Amino acid sequence: MGGLSFDIAHLLAGALVLVSFLLLYQSRISALISAFALHAFVLALAVAWQAAIQDAPHLFVTAAIAFLFKGLVIPIVLNRMVVRLRIHRAIETVGGIGPTMLVGMGLVALAISVMLPATDLADPLTQEDLAFALAVVLLGLLMMVTRRNAVSQVIGFMSLENGLILAATGAKGMPLVVEISVAFSILIAFIVVGIFLFRIRERFDTVDVQALDRFRGERR
Amino acid sequence: MIAAADALYLVLAIPFAAAGVLALLPGYRITARLNVVATAATFAMACILVVDRPPVGRFLFVDDFNVYLIVLNTFVGFTTSVFSASYIGHELETGRLTPAYLRFYHAMYQVLMFAMNLALLSDNIGLMWVAIELATLTTVLMVGIYRTHEAIEAAWKYFILGSVGIALALFGTILVYLAAQPVVGEGLDALSWTRLVESAARFNAPLLNIAFVFILLGYGTKVGLAPLHAWLPDAHAEGPTPISAVLSGLLLNVALYAVLRFKMILGANPEAIAPGPLMIVMGLTSLIFAAFMLYRRRDIKRMFAYSSIEHMGIITFAFGMGGALANFAGLLHMTMHSLTKSAIFFAVGHIAQVKGTQRIAEIRGLTETHPVLGWGLVVGVVAIAGLPPLGIFMSEFLVISSTFAREPLLAVPLVFGILVGVGALVLRLHGVAFGEPLGSTAPVRATHVPMLAHLAIVLVAGLWLPPPLVAWFQNVAELLR
Repeated sequence: MGGLSFDIAHLLAGALVLVSFLLLYQSRISALISAFALHAFVLALAVAWQAAIQDAPHLFVTAAIAFLFKGLVIPIVLNRMVVRLRIHRAIETVGGIGPTMLVGMGLVALAISVMLPATDLADPLTQEDLAFALAVVLLGLLMMVTRRNAVSQVIGFMSLENGLILAATGAKGMPLVVEISVAFSILIAFIVVGIFLFRIRERFDTVDVQALDRFRGERR
Repeated sequence: MIAAADALYLVLAIPFAAAGVLALLPGYRITARLNVVATAATFAMACILVVDRPPVGRFLFVDDFNVYLIVLNTFVGFTTSVFSASYIGHELETGRLTPAYLRFYHAMYQVLMFAMNLALLSDNIGLMWVAIELATLTTVLMVGIYRTHEAIEAAWKYFILGSVGIALALFGTILVYLAAQPVVGEGLDALSWTRLVESAARFNAPLLNIAFVFILLGYGTKVGLAPLHAWLPDAHAEGPTPISAVLSGLLLNVALYAVLRFKMILGANPEAIAPGPLMIVMGLTSLIFAAFMLYRRRDIKRMFAYSSIEHMGIITFAFGMGGALANFAGLLHMTMHSLTKSAIFFAVGHIAQVKGTQRIAEIRGLTETHPVLGWGLVVGVVAIAGLPPLGIFMSEFLVISSTFAREPLLAVPLVFGILVGVGALVLRLHGVAFGEPLGSTAPVRATHVPMLAHLAIVLVAGLWLPPPLVAWFQNVAELLR
């Protein structure tokens, strides 16, 4: 049984890294949002599995937050926002999928080679969880660096936070305070982001939409 | 007389409650005054903590190190709120802020004070992280409050870089928990700083090393250490000036405080890497980089933002050197820099309002048109440049001499960076303060008391430090190792 539960935890954490790679090369914004929903969904599964094998029921709350809030609410809100800003069909230049993916692979290798030797004393599950979590964090950072658009930067940031939650749940017995605070701060962070996206609209307007309006002679 | 335990909670409860009240109250005059009253009351509570110390609680604790920062924090918070009252009135008149935004501004000011005090007082490294995240978010909102294109850009940049920093710091915190968990046991204890330092000697050293790298990069972003400083000049230049004063004078200190707490954990573990060299490298890089950047600045607030990076570099360097004398110098420098830099921002805020511009080229001859502001700025810049007889001269002198005594080679880039910075500041000061007056000469309707009070303290500290204060700084310097 120990072997199976380990394998499933391993599988889910590995899947999260895989979806992070998926996020890296989505060039269309609506596709990016869907990929992020998948990311949050995988995270929810991973956290729920940790809750089950660690016998820590409070972690189910974290899993539920990840599923409902990040997997459903945020993607829906973001989709609407993107439609309202008229950038949902916008294609972002990611700056060469090939190089980005190569850098991403390098980062995963780095995460594993740094974390595995350092966590020698911890049990193997924590050890691998931590390595994967660091990989997700680094991939999120990479995504924030390679993107210019505000929405995709926010998604990069949220995928990074997903990595942090994976790390926090992998750490056995991490007090509830931290989990709630993490979830809570994400909430605040998102409110901030929401306000920003509203104000940043100006920026998008000057980038493309206003130019289009002027071209059509319907300047607002 | 209020008991110490109550004072401890009141330091947090007053700003928290004031934030709620200020968010609801209409009217600029009442809210600005209430803001001053609340910060004054918080300062009074902080002073009680100096005399009488509460026992270590479950989440909060007071020791020699944080009590001095709490007093400094609440004091500068108080003087800044006095400055802010006259500054914000002008912004309202010129229509840069609407009454609704002003209400929001005052509420956020109190939330920021609450968050910084919580970060300083918390014994729990998780709670400390939450508090610093809260402080970041409130300052992001305040930096963007003018809603100009530049302000939004600045706030966005700050938000993105600040969140990345804060995320890395959380990862570091989780790693510290993992290192502590086998020794201290699961649960809250493994996040309690006092417990962590007690048993740090038995922690898994490699894990602690990685954790510290994340902590240093994460909180270091908030300290504004190069190369992670990119948010800092923009946030200082585009936000309201009281916020620039609080950011430079206080929030950078709070972030550095967090780094130092973790440095103490590492210091208690014999097998972990020495955190000193990492901090020395980052400190020197920031110092030299910022010193050169000072020359090309056209915006006066941006220039003093780079000067903050420079000084945080010096302070980080001093703590990186470690040892009783260098730590002493670092603590003194932290205090002096807070007081001086906020005094400079008080002066700059009124100057920018009266001249209607922040461009250095368009501000000239201040000592003739506005003697108090002009000479205040001169004294402030002389102080920040580290010239005698003011307080920063003394702390910089101590940093340099202790470096010479132990690592003469490191003193070369240190002195070089400081001298380059002095050159830039004196060069710019000359044009701004002297020469043919340029721009509006309208009198300033504002109180200069906060600025003069800060400069007076810095001057006195440069000439004479009271022996009990010296003994206390030495005590803390020992604590820091």
